[in-house]
Amino acid sequence: MMGQGRLAAWGIGLAALVALPFLYRDPYHLHILVLILIWSFAYTSWSMMGRFGLVSLGHGGFMGIGAYVTALLWNHLGWSPWIGIPVSMVAAGALALIVGYPCFRFRITGHYFVLVTLALSGIVLQVITATRDYTGGSLGYTPNRTSGNKLLALQFDDKTTWYLIALGVWLFGIVVWHWVDRSMARYALEAISEDEDAAAAAGVDVTAEKLKITLLSALMTALAGAIYCQYQMFITPDTVSGIAVSLQMVFAAIVGGLFVSLGPTFGAVITILLAETLRIGFGTKAVGWDNLVYGVLLVLFIIFLPKGILGSVLDRLKPQRKVPRAHEQEAVQVARPGT
Amino acid sequence: MQAFLDVFDIYLLEAVINGILLGGVLALLALGLNLIFGVIDVTWICYAELVMIGMYAMYFLVQVYGVSYFVAAPLTIVLVALLGAALHYLVIAPLLTAPPINQLLATGGVLFVLQSFATVAFGIDFRNLGIRLPVLAFGDMNFSYARLLSFLAALVGMVAVYLFMTRTFTGTAIRAISQDRQIMALMGVDTRRIYLITSALGGALAGLAACLLVLQYDVHPFVGLSFGPITFLICVLGGLGNFIGGFIAAFVFAEIISLGGLFSDLEWGYVLAFAFFIVMMFIRPAGLLARRR
Repeated sequence: MMGQGRLAAWGIGLAALVALPFLYRDPYHLHILVLILIWSFAYTSWSMMGRFGLVSLGHGGFMGIGAYVTALLWNHLGWSPWIGIPVSMVAAGALALIVGYPCFRFRITGHYFVLVTLALSGIVLQVITATRDYTGGSLGYTPNRTSGNKLLALQFDDKTTWYLIALGVWLFGIVVWHWVDRSMARYALEAISEDEDAAAAAGVDVTAEKLKITLLSALMTALAGAIYCQYQMFITPDTVSGIAVSLQMVFAAIVGGLFVSLGPTFGAVITILLAETLRIGFGTKAVGWDNLVYGVLLVLFIIFLPKGILGSVLDRLKPQRKVPRAHEQEAVQVARPGT
Repeated sequence: MQAFLDVFDIYLLEAVINGILLGGVLALLALGLNLIFGVIDVTWICYAELVMIGMYAMYFLVQVYGVSYFVAAPLTIVLVALLGAALHYLVIAPLLTAPPINQLLATGGVLFVLQSFATVAFGIDFRNLGIRLPVLAFGDMNFSYARLLSFLAALVGMVAVYLFMTRTFTGTAIRAISQDRQIMALMGVDTRRIYLITSALGGALAGLAACLLVLQYDVHPFVGLSFGPITFLICVLGGLGNFIGGFIAAFVFAEIISLGGLFSDLEWGYVLAFAFFIVMMFIRPAGLLARRR
């Protein structure tokens, strides 16, 4: 179990986060915080499987499904997002199983797995663009504003409500992360990522374990997409789907640190603040400069700080207590259950 | 009814031939990517962005500086080849011992850099060479000279690479390295030099593809996204690092896109190609030509 001190730190931190919007009401800063929380949840979802060496570039696809299915059901069939979000999650989960099963069954790993999942986000992007009669294509899509019950339509005007929703979803992601971290599945998946044959020989059902974590990750990513859609009330294929979004997830998780529960969150804080600062710093005249600096920083990060910022810092603080595992060649696991 | 069938067949034939012509350029792209993967064991996610830079180089040389197309093309090929070598030297070389996924992500970062560099330097306008090649009418079927030219040039490029790989010492060394990375260093081959040459060669192929694609398509900073993913799919379908598999897969994909586009929008051609790809993953997970284990 968690130590008393750790638990207390979490409690105080959470209380501060919940209290924040009631004490501080600047809408712009709250908006940035909501975005950070939603994306943190998405990045955490990605890292659920990313930390076990299952690097997916297909999560842009799951996120796109979450956002678009929810919005389409609302606009065309009038289904409340309370039904639409579960439906979209089921759709994303089904897709994850369809693509995941052959990959895992036929032992598609490494480069192959990355490229197959890359194709997945490509296909979702193309389908959204191709069905432009329904989805608005690359011009984007807006869920209809409700005139009735706001709770039923999951549409709120004030940032505080959204902040609390995003906080709840983010917390849910962290809890799931810890749940997986403490489960048997984690040991099975770590064994798999080190050596599939050895794991299988030791009685681990490789395909089933991989499928389970992929399904969980896809479901959560779709939820992130749906929440993002409900908050922004405007989605385009490029902002919720496709390769750029997938890469963005991977980068943020790597920058923050894959193997610690708050790593992806930390990555989201850094990348979003960086992007915002660059965007404001360079202003509207210099389109593209922000991304240029962003990209250069990412490359430097991967070359010089492969453990991620939080991972590296925690690494410094704690003396190394165990031999690094093969799948974490660079990154030593630092957040361990029971400490 | 008979008239309808006649028309249909003509269109079908036209689509089939256009697919073959499209396949040439795709095969060229796949060859470059396969070369890098087979020899250095790295996937350049930013490969299509190198092509994009090459297309801009062609645009500026031809449209702005008024250089003739046939002078501009070699210059562009050399430029992109240098870019490929620089990519290897600056990004891949420091990461050679890192986990493969880090190498892949670093090139993903380069993708962002190149895209935003193009946005900063050239703006987001669509640009083209302003060269409109005539359309070749053959019976009732129409083919653009640009496609025909690209197809032939792509074939010539591929034959040149084949000859280089089989007839020269360096080419033999490249093929040997792709078979066994460790032993070749012991045999006195300078691995770093070979890697650099391979990267330059991969870049040169991207440059050639750029010279050909710029004849058919407008260039803009995000043009790479429109054929990048399809190139990766082709490489995976053919088996990563498998040159012949990639060549065949390129034509299979081109036909699907072309025929799919005949019955519906071009995007649905792409969607069909993706769907086909997923199905093939079930049937032949290790690539078209792979033997079942």
